[in-house]
Amino acid sequence: MLEVEDIHTYYGDSYVIQGVSLRVPEHAVVAVLGRNGVGKTTLVRSIIGFTPPRRGSIRFKGVEISRQPAYKIVRAGIGLVPQGRRIFRSLTVRENLEVASLARPPGRASRWTPDSIGKLFPRLRERASHAGVKLSGGEQQMLAIARALLSNPELLLLDEPTEGLAPLLVRELHALIRTLKDEGFSILLIEQNLPFALTLADHVHVMSKGRIVYDAPPADLMHNEAVKSRYLGI
Amino acid sequence: MAYWLTQTFNGLTFGMLLFLLAAGLSLIFGLMRIVNLAHGSFYLLGAYLALTVSQLTGSFLLAVLGAAAVVACLGIVIERLFLRRVQNQELPQVLLTFGFIFVLEDIALWLWGAIPTLLEKPVLFAGSLQIGGIVVPSYRILIVVVGLLIAAALWALQSRTRIGAIIRASVDDEEMARGLGINTPRMFTWMFALGCFLAALGGVMGGALVGMYPGAGFEILVLALVVVIVGGLGSLRGAFIGSLLVGLLDNFGKALFPELSLFTIFAPMAIVLAVKPTGLFGRA
Repeated sequence: MLEVEDIHTYYGDSYVIQGVSLRVPEHAVVAVLGRNGVGKTTLVRSIIGFTPPRRGSIRFKGVEISRQPAYKIVRAGIGLVPQGRRIFRSLTVRENLEVASLARPPGRASRWTPDSIGKLFPRLRERASHAGVKLSGGEQQMLAIARALLSNPELLLLDEPTEGLAPLLVRELHALIRTLKDEGFSILLIEQNLPFALTLADHVHVMSKGRIVYDAPPADLMHNEAVKSRYLGI
Repeated sequence: MAYWLTQTFNGLTFGMLLFLLAAGLSLIFGLMRIVNLAHGSFYLLGAYLALTVSQLTGSFLLAVLGAAAVVACLGIVIERLFLRRVQNQELPQVLLTFGFIFVLEDIALWLWGAIPTLLEKPVLFAGSLQIGGIVVPSYRILIVVVGLLIAAALWALQSRTRIGAIIRASVDDEEMARGLGINTPRMFTWMFALGCFLAALGGVMGGALVGMYPGAGFEILVLALVVVIVGGLGSLRGAFIGSLLVGLLDNFGKALFPELSLFTIFAPMAIVLAVKPTGLFGRA
């Protein structure tokens, strides 16, 4: 579904992603783990087109997307749930959802509408007319995910979805991501929460200083104390 | 009493005129983070184009629509060919839009000359009315009505339509809007064109009120900038309240302390900035 091949991404002069390759197969959850500042979010920004890589290739369903503008990448079928949620602060919950569904080119059918997605997120439906940023952290995360789903993706980029959430909400989120996986979504999950990622992912990557230093099935990482202590500080 | 009423009404009229400029200036800044210094030149160009159209057709309405449409198209060309190349680069944007002031005002000077001119008022609004003991030129009432209508239309567009939700989302977080599949560059072009349309509309209205002369665009730009600074960049309500405030200040300043008329505008602006650096309705 997604093939990232040896990408190199810079912020101005700073060389952040130093040759990363990874693949997200169809219907799979692939996790990227690593400490703060190793380039995980930059990897997401490279894929979605916010900070395009200077070198390397990113293919989505076989089509090269690394030179495309972000809105085309999204329309091609990649949904973004960004770090920090980035809920639009002057919009209500409903408007936050509508914006995503309006962005879809007319005539393209979607699995969801702002109304039907309420079934998956009943609490968002109850608070449809509240300001999006007035929701709790957990509800904002649900809103960010619902919003991304309305752009009708096949692949979801989830950038640290558990950040700042209480344990109970983390469990709820875990169930939701499992549901999305069962529905057939492919997911690239960026996380710092190791147990969360290990129990969801089919394959994990560990990043350090802009490179992928380890990749394996989750069971292998679970038992690899050396990698865990060296790169994840556990 | 009649004096004060008249002066207040004149101030409000001029404020409405400023609003037509400030609304576009503020909208363009809120969305694209560009302070379009050429905005006043679009105003002046609109006024001169209206002069030509009304001389050719004799119709004020055609002059308004024609001038605003031409200037909006010019705005599309400038945004697509020039401003888009310097996205997110403040200094080049300032230099580029400042450069357009010279280019556009010199073109105006070349085509329409340097003699101050006044646009002819539409026949229907050439007279005046007696309201509550004061004599009010009906053209000034027209300006107030047009200003209020535009304000209401912009408000409805922003808060009551789907396009408006997309605009507000892009003002909040343009990158995230793109990350949901919104073609923000195309929207920028349309909103820039809308801003130019409003500036030209202001030019036509102002052309029959204060007239056209070389440098008129720059003069009104300075006042419109004060409006958006006082009201808060990117806020429609700020542009509206700020326009009325600056319109009144300008008018009373000129009427009461003619030798201090700039002071009466810039001193309140300095106070607002000191107390609330983001402007009255601006956000950090």
